[in-house]
Amino acid sequence: MNARYAAGVLKYAQMGYWQPDYQPADTDVLALFRITPQEGVDPEEAAAAVAGESSTATWTVVWTDRLTACERYRAKAYKVEPVPAAPGQYFAYIAYDLDLFEPGSIANLTASIIGNVFGFKPLKALRLEDMRIPVAYVKTFDGPPTGIVAERERLDKFGRPLLGATIKPKLGLSGKNYGRVVYEALKGGLDFTKDDENINSQPFMHWRERFLYCMEAVNRAQAASGEVKGHYLNVTAATMEDMYERAELAKDLGSVVVMIDLVIGYTAIQSMSKWCRRNDMLLHLHRAGHSTYTRQKSHGVSFRVISKWMRLAGADHLHAGTVVGKLEGDPNSVQGFYNVLREPNNPVDLQRGLHFEQNWAGLRKVMPVASGGIHAGQMHQLLHYLGEDVVLQFGGGTIGHPMGIEAGATANRVALEAIVKARNEGRDLWHEGPEILERAARHCLPLRQALDTWKDVTFDYASTDTPDFVPTLTPA
Amino acid sequence: MRITQGTFSFLPDLSDDEIRAQIEYALGQGWSCSVEHTDDPHPRNVYWEMFGLPMFDLKDAAGVLGEVRRCRETFPGHYVKLNAFDATHGFESLRLSFIVHRPRDEARFGLVREEASGRTLRYTTYERRRS
Repeated sequence: MNARYAAGVLKYAQMGYWQPDYQPADTDVLALFRITPQEGVDPEEAAAAVAGESSTATWTVVWTDRLTACERYRAKAYKVEPVPAAPGQYFAYIAYDLDLFEPGSIANLTASIIGNVFGFKPLKALRLEDMRIPVAYVKTFDGPPTGIVAERERLDKFGRPLLGATIKPKLGLSGKNYGRVVYEALKGGLDFTKDDENINSQPFMHWRERFLYCMEAVNRAQAASGEVKGHYLNVTAATMEDMYERAELAKDLGSVVVMIDLVIGYTAIQSMSKWCRRNDMLLHLHRAGHSTYTRQKSHGVSFRVISKWMRLAGADHLHAGTVVGKLEGDPNSVQGFYNVLREPNNPVDLQRGLHFEQNWAGLRKVMPVASGGIHAGQMHQLLHYLGEDVVLQFGGGTIGHPMGIEAGATANRVALEAIVKARNEGRDLWHEGPEILERAARHCLPLRQALDTWKDVTFDYASTDTPDFVPTLTPA
Repeated sequence: MRITQGTFSFLPDLSDDEIRAQIEYALGQGWSCSVEHTDDPHPRNVYWEMFGLPMFDLKDAAGVLGEVRRCRETFPGHYVKLNAFDATHGFESLRLSFIVHRPRDEARFGLVREEASGRTLRYTTYERRRS
């Protein structure tokens, strides 16, 4: 009798889930976990337990393993190292055979990787820090229905970030009043306006009312400017049937974009992505709910992993942080998310939290969205940190303008164009940005007032989610 | 009305020196410039007329600016835009596109609303006759 399969309980490491000599295959799914073992649990055993519980293991030996090619199906923890400057925490690298996963299914991938294992008692805390999705698996996903390049061609907008605004107050406006805000903001120079995550179909405004007035506003603004405009119509609802019904009306009314919230779940997101692909529609994804599991470093799922999953699942827009705004966002971490969303390949970049090389194999690029507490006076910083392929969303920074919504929109658009023009001329945005904006304000009173109103507004708090890495010294 | 298509329509019209600076930026990125014009600036008009082929091999900003001027002189009543094309894998599309000439009498658009069932409307954007 093979001792490995004698009835009873073995350590996970002894069951074959700790294999320090294992060389990951190019087709393996790789995961990096941050583990915090309970007192007395050694890190290799904890890593093996994570590998076991996220793949084939149960708590005891089962003879039925021997009816399978179980060595292949076992995930293998192949490296454990202490997290720099974080006592008691370890990075555990785990490799999963491709056959463990259903093609093209985020639900199936996540049911394994973040399924039972996060409640496992021998660990105090567990965080999924990063993943490497092998090309063989990437190619089973459709990815973004539109992508950055086709979005720009469809909208005929090149060479600058896109501008948006979330309609405020986010709750309580009637359909007619809501559409008024959309019209003023788009006419004033924004490319997009947006429903907020919790605008669905409430007593003060049913969804059909919102859709009809918003599309009147979009079309009016298009005619008034000669530019393509859009409003992210949030189709989030209780059931898929309701979401499809709402999306169909958005399509019938000629909208270029629909919106969903992350809280609808991975399967619903993939369903809406396929619907958008069939109907030539942009899919805007608001990351409502993510901070419940992304923000704390010790436990949960990093947003860089969510970004990877959402590129596979197929969003065209994903909220990914502002750096300078009101919501959590360390500059390096946020740039890591942006790189995941919009680069063709991600090299290892520990400073930005990217622990694996990731080849996206031609999967289309997701447009990141920067939203929350940003204003025109930060335009040079936003372009510096976030680059050109991004939607900058100024909600309060448009609607709160002292001269009104249209003026607020114009201030943002003028500031943006002035900063992009200056960057292209070779100006040093980081140092000359405020002066460039001041100069642009000379021919634009709304920008002058925006700069005066918000000049001292910053949100300068320490970030909770920063990459942990040992800086590599480079020769001077 | 001022049509606000293109990267810089909310700024005062760019001078030739400012246009040259943008051309130099585009050429410095390895992009190719092209000039297009139209008398139909409808927001859904994707295909403006090409004023010659994209200048794939022209690396001299003055040469590109010369084409902009020639197009303006040939079609003073049209819109003229300068495009910069990036042939790099993953883009293969425009990276910059801005209006460099407008007719004195700009286009204006109106809306036709066709009333359909359930309060829905079908919208058509049309160009109004210019004054």
